[in-house]
Amino acid sequence: MTTDTQKQEDSMSTAAPTRAPHQDVPTGHKESRVGAGLFDPKQLLKSLPDACRKLDPRVMVKSPVMFVVWIGSVLTTVFSFKDPGDWFGWTISAWLWLTVVFANLAEAVAEGRGKAQADTLRKAKTDTVARRLVGESEEQVPGTGLRIGDLVVCEAGDIIPGDGDVVEGVASVDESAITGESAPVIRESGGDRSAVTGGTKVLSDRIVIKITTKPGETFIDRMINLVEGAARQKTPNEIALNILLASLTIVFLLAVATLPPFADYAGTHLTMVVLVALLVCLIPTTIGALLSAIGIAGMDRLVQRNVLAMSGRAVEAAGDVSTLLLDKTGTITLGNRQASEFVPVSGTTEAELADAAQLSSLADETPEGRSIVVLAKEKYGLRERHQGELTGAEWIAFTAQTRMSGVDVDGRKIRKGAAGSVVAWVREQGGEVSEDAGALTDRISEAGGTPLLVAVEDTDGARVLGVIHLKDVVKEGMRERFDELRRMGIKTVMITGDNPLTAKAIAAEAGVDDFLAEATPEDKMALIKREQAGGKLVAMTGDGTNDAPALAQADVGVAMNTGTSAAKEAGNMVDLDSNPTKLIEIVEIGKQLLITRGALTTFSIANDVAKYFAIIPALFAAVYPGLDKLNIMGLSSPDSAILSAVIFNALIIIALVPLSLKGVRYRPVSADKLLRRNLTIYGIGGLVAPFIGIKLIDLLISLIPGIG
Amino acid sequence: MGPVLAGVLQLLALIAALALAYVPLGTYMARVYSSDTHWRFEKWIYKGIGANPNTEMRWPAYLRCVLAFSAVSVVFLYLLQRLQGHLPGSLGFKAIDPDQAFNTATSFVTNTNWQSYYGEQAMGHVVQTAGLAVQNFVSAAVGIAVAVALVRGFARARTGELGNFWSDLVRGVTRILLPLSVVAAIVLVACGAIQNFSGIHEVGQFVGGHQQWNGGAVASQEAIKEVGTNGGGYFNANSAHPFENPTPFTNLFEIFLLLVVPFALTRTFGIMVGSLKQGYAILATMATIWVGFIALMMWTEFAHHGPALQIAGGAMEGKETRFGVGASSIFAVSTTLTSTGAVDSFHSSFTGLGGGITMLGMQLGEIAPGGTGSGLYGMLVMAIIAVFIAGLMVGRTPEYLGKKIGTREIKFAACYILITPALVLIFTAAAMALPTPGHSMTNSGAHGFSEILYAYSSAANNNGSAFAGLNADTQWFNSTLGLAMVLGRFLPMVFVLALAGSLAEQKPVPATAGTLRTEKPLFTGLLVGAILIITGLTYFPALALGPLAEGLAS
Repeated sequence: MTTDTQKQEDSMSTAAPTRAPHQDVPTGHKESRVGAGLFDPKQLLKSLPDACRKLDPRVMVKSPVMFVVWIGSVLTTVFSFKDPGDWFGWTISAWLWLTVVFANLAEAVAEGRGKAQADTLRKAKTDTVARRLVGESEEQVPGTGLRIGDLVVCEAGDIIPGDGDVVEGVASVDESAITGESAPVIRESGGDRSAVTGGTKVLSDRIVIKITTKPGETFIDRMINLVEGAARQKTPNEIALNILLASLTIVFLLAVATLPPFADYAGTHLTMVVLVALLVCLIPTTIGALLSAIGIAGMDRLVQRNVLAMSGRAVEAAGDVSTLLLDKTGTITLGNRQASEFVPVSGTTEAELADAAQLSSLADETPEGRSIVVLAKEKYGLRERHQGELTGAEWIAFTAQTRMSGVDVDGRKIRKGAAGSVVAWVREQGGEVSEDAGALTDRISEAGGTPLLVAVEDTDGARVLGVIHLKDVVKEGMRERFDELRRMGIKTVMITGDNPLTAKAIAAEAGVDDFLAEATPEDKMALIKREQAGGKLVAMTGDGTNDAPALAQADVGVAMNTGTSAAKEAGNMVDLDSNPTKLIEIVEIGKQLLITRGALTTFSIANDVAKYFAIIPALFAAVYPGLDKLNIMGLSSPDSAILSAVIFNALIIIALVPLSLKGVRYRPVSADKLLRRNLTIYGIGGLVAPFIGIKLIDLLISLIPGIG
Repeated sequence: MGPVLAGVLQLLALIAALALAYVPLGTYMARVYSSDTHWRFEKWIYKGIGANPNTEMRWPAYLRCVLAFSAVSVVFLYLLQRLQGHLPGSLGFKAIDPDQAFNTATSFVTNTNWQSYYGEQAMGHVVQTAGLAVQNFVSAAVGIAVAVALVRGFARARTGELGNFWSDLVRGVTRILLPLSVVAAIVLVACGAIQNFSGIHEVGQFVGGHQQWNGGAVASQEAIKEVGTNGGGYFNANSAHPFENPTPFTNLFEIFLLLVVPFALTRTFGIMVGSLKQGYAILATMATIWVGFIALMMWTEFAHHGPALQIAGGAMEGKETRFGVGASSIFAVSTTLTSTGAVDSFHSSFTGLGGGITMLGMQLGEIAPGGTGSGLYGMLVMAIIAVFIAGLMVGRTPEYLGKKIGTREIKFAACYILITPALVLIFTAAAMALPTPGHSMTNSGAHGFSEILYAYSSAANNNGSAFAGLNADTQWFNSTLGLAMVLGRFLPMVFVLALAGSLAEQKPVPATAGTLRTEKPLFTGLLVGAILIITGLTYFPALALGPLAEGLAS
């Protein structure tokens, strides 16, 4: 590795997003899995210039609630200039401006967290020179000059100039610029590992790449836009919430705007400053200020888990998912099946079978084959022999076509493989298949295992020696996880190529709700459509080109980064770690995003009660002394009461910035429990907190001489 | 027996009666609006008005029918009043002035029944029976029809069709309101309410002097006045008048009548959406607010300061001695929490806080249980708002009864909740800011302000009761109140029907453990809270300057 690459990697590792550790095994119930985004108070200070830049009315108008506060601040400032001796007007104006700045600050902090990641990505996107193939010859063109369909050549040390598919050759590629994972990956033409990403580096060999994406729209470009929030569009749910907030703002605007004639009749005059203060306290500023930060932070939480959502809509949809399609292999079970038992037919000993099984598997480099060798060694003390040790042996390697491996040695032919293939081989050699071989095979299948037959042809003729029991190993903790999902109202469906019997047994062991056996891409598609017809939202993961239609059809389609570009194009999220289990986390992040919005909306609206009790007696107790009975907080003076409410209103925004960035704590429990919990904290809490907060601020203010 | 105990016992008797009627009436109404067959009598009506009762309507068509029918009704009622002098049976009363005729026409068509006239001194038999009484039936039936259309929006899937307005309208009258009213009228007559077409009688008073009394088809109008949550009295004194409401029993019976249909509609709703529990949850929300308001009202009216009130056993001013404080409190709360607006006592004479409770009842949008139909759809819109906020808190796109509450739905619901606050506050502010409207106040200070606030709250929410004292028969009040009634009735209907259409087009989302359970008490609590905070707080500043200022003064 050159020092150059090293430097690049170092910079990657420092600036790479704080990634949640790979979590295949759930961490139990006490700890919340989602959440825990980092928040550093220093970020507030750093984002201050950005926050002030956002005071531009053209930016402010995008958030209707905060735009009203902005107009209010302008109004009170103008009125304060008219009456410069009025300290109250100046103080209110200052706090109103702070309210707006705090709101902008929340958004700026949320955006700022993506900036660091974007900078790192930009470094990867250095201007590359592409070697374009024109006929037989090469020409040098800038990476930005490539068109879809161009063929480019990359050799060891080259940076791949754009997204594409390998059409010729095989190479190891360093994709750390995107995934943060420094181990190189293999990319080869044909099959499901042909996709390469612009900005990654070829470490060895030579490949020809067919460009599939326009410059400026490559994966890395999209990633940069995404983490910077530039591509952020308001999601349907956010729009709906904005409409509700806008209508509440109008309602309270009416309540305040109609107050002056009422007050004049009552014999008191309300100043513009007081009216604006009342308005700002009543409209839902807390949620209005934090709404966009919540959305950005939600996307950011995904990025921290190395998942890229192509749209915020997908993140929201993840929260609504009610059916999860999970691939068995890699998600529910460990990647590979393992030999667990040797079952001989009558007339054969276990040791004989084990010996034959090991011999026949030496030429089988698949993980299953390795596990047979290991089991024979561990259970029967058979030393692992090497292919070179046996002279005159003819090794038959395992292929997907023959589905058998074996060895011919000392006049003996030993074969091991899929039941059908071995039975056919035995018959071909003129042998008989004993009845109990069939019975054993069935028994193992029914138990969810995969039977492999071991057969021999020697002087006694061809015959089956016994069966190797291959077992799928279900990952630890999966059952608990599926129980959790069930409590959340999410149905899990295991997708597998296994036969129904095997699938059923594994499904039962893992605790999934349903399974789809011998699944073809068409079956998957049909299942998704069936679920969707019933009004359900479906999430799935996939990596192959044949997964692409299903990924596109699913409401949340998570493509593995190792997958083909067709799969990545079809899905609406890409998991850079290529870890299918992450689908569960994605769902939780989606839910958390919605919960955070709902919780802060509830809090914001509930706050109004206390603010009324502060401001109404302050405004009118002078003309209607009875109204002083509403001053249940016992605030020291009318000015101090109004000021305290305004200050509380501003400070609560800053106080809730960490929560809006981290998200409300989410635990996978039923909707009932979630609602009870959140309603207690943010509903009841929202009623009570401002009474305490305003009283405390009033106590502080009343200490200032000249007030209170 | 003390007056407090009497009040509580009457309340319990009322609740028992409502509970008895709930199941049969609710089930029956669900059957009425789900039936495929037309009565022969109904077929004649369809033929007469040239309507096809079998076509399904999408929301714009349904809305067009509602508006067209109501517009024709307003014109007809206006002309009837303007031509009264030329009509037979007009008891010699002349044509009504244009502004008052407009006000009265809109008032009865919108189910408000605000009366800026003295019934016994202005309206003859023909206007009362062929005009006002007819509108008492059809305006109530229109309300139920719109509510049923919204319920169908929830119940149906992948269709924009909401039913047939003409069939819903006619059935509401022929199968629900008419039978109920006939029975109710007979009971009222049996208990002493009058029912005749006699002319004006000159009667000598015990204390000297003379009084003019006229007869009329009072009992029959009284029946539909309550059953259809109309509230327009035959006499100016409304249900405080002994011809309309002679005994404590008829008083309780009338309260029962004005509550029975709105409450039972929650069962109709439950049946039609296929979940009785959802209906019970809405019922529980309505009942909680209703009982809570009655408790508050009784508390403030019985809490007596000063020797006069102590001797009377409560705030008896403006209340009939034959009903007492308890029954009057129940009546006042029930009439303002529905869109009835009938009164058996003078709300203006209630304690300051008591007056505030009647105003807040209307300002909540009259949804507990609300007017016939309008109460149900108003409550369902609030449920959608509450579901939206609560639904987010359980981590899903909010859904109610299997329908997603998305951008479109929330837009219509948000528009709905804007309308009445805008009408009440803007018109009240205009009345306070302009120089002349204030001259109509009888009282000064906070109470005077309450008179105007009450008037617009009543008109915009289609209640119809008045904080008696305000002289509302001026051009300003006749026109603006009429406008408030029309806009407060039909704009919300536009959004309700649009909402219904949007819901009916959706495919249902199956409920899972992750779905918000809207049939649980927790949701009911949330809904009550949302109603009080979102709608209630809108009016807090205005209420503070009226009833609160007055009520907290002592």
